Amino acid sequence: MGVSTNTGAPLAPGHDQDVLLKGVFDEMNDKGFVLSSLDKLATWASTGSMWPMTFGLACCAVEMMHAAAARYDMDRYGVVFRPSPRQSDVMIVAGTLTNKMAPALRKVYDQMAEPRWVISMGSCANGGGYYHYSYSVVRGCDRVVPVDIYVPGCPPTAEALIYGILQLQKKIRRTGVLSR
Amino acid sequence: MSELLSDNSVALKDLKDLLKSHFGADVIDTAYRYGELTVVVKRESITNVLTFLRDDAGCLFKQLIDICGVDYPERAERFEVVYHLLSLKHNLRIRVKVTTDEETPVPTAVGVFNAANWFERETWDMYGVFFADHPDPRRILTDYGFEGHPLRKDFPLTGYVEVRYDDEQKRVVYEPVKLVQDFRNFDFESPWEGMQSILPGDEKAEGKA
Repeated sequence: MGVSTNTGAPLAPGHDQDVLLKGVFDEMNDKGFVLSSLDKLATWASTGSMWPMTFGLACCAVEMMHAAAARYDMDRYGVVFRPSPRQSDVMIVAGTLTNKMAPALRKVYDQMAEPRWVISMGSCANGGGYYHYSYSVVRGCDRVVPVDIYVPGCPPTAEALIYGILQLQKKIRRTGVLSR
Repeated sequence: MSELLSDNSVALKDLKDLLKSHFGADVIDTAYRYGELTVVVKRESITNVLTFLRDDAGCLFKQLIDICGVDYPERAERFEVVYHLLSLKHNLRIRVKVTTDEETPVPTAVGVFNAANWFERETWDMYGVFFADHPDPRRILTDYGFEGHPLRKDFPLTGYVEVRYDDEQKRVVYEPVKLVQDFRNFDFESPWEGMQSILPGDEKAEGKA
């Protein structure tokens, strides 16, 4: 749906979408091709298959698993968890980032290929949260990696995480993959 | 529940007498409170006591539940090391304590209970209690190169260092802690902080009356 000729924003299902789709199909049947701009095609492809790096650190990881499991099923958005940073586009930092874990997190982030994004999930990853004054916890994972989307909550619900992923898709569509 | 406790009380008092008769002056103090038996023993005899508790037919405390530390800064020997044991055979639990300070090592219990290995490492990590002849006396939980022992009462809550990624050095660096806002404690009714009957704002009500 991102391959629309106008703003790049997706159209809600309904009359407008039907008209647009009919136009595209007619063009396909008539001429055998459709025209789109390359960056829009790239962002469309990119948002359609964001593979997150599995980086569960604490209880937020359970909520992340819920989002990935049958009920919410992030596969619908092409979001498939990967066990390797080299195959990942986005890292979901789910849970408390400790001082001891910080170099490992950065190493994993450095191993991800560009373009890459980071979702910070939950209070602990956003700013230390409950452990803000602890001697062993990083006060926000943005001290270690650049964060694109912050999902608030302690822990955020699976729905909140999915909303965060949709927001990230929106951000990618807005900023583009090529211009980064 | 009360029946269970009274059952235990007889068995635990027998156990207390058994330990006293067997170890004599090595048992410094015993206490039976809330249905639990606590025995304070001399530091040097802890392995003997644990071996006896494990092997004696009247005890058979074959399971080491936990070893932990306690810090009492006002005492001459500021640390207590607490051993919790479980006897499945007799359905009993016992708590054994020894005292120590920063310098004096406690004999390791790894020879008696294998489970003691990591528990003693944790106690060393958190309190700085040294265990003599421990096979692997490393820290276990805190960061690599961590300095200090966090559960000591004189260790500040926020510690001394914090981490940040340095974009020029391309690595995670350690820096002295710099807080935007100091820690504030709003728990006025905490039993741990020593209950105070006066709550903030009470003085206004008294002025009116």
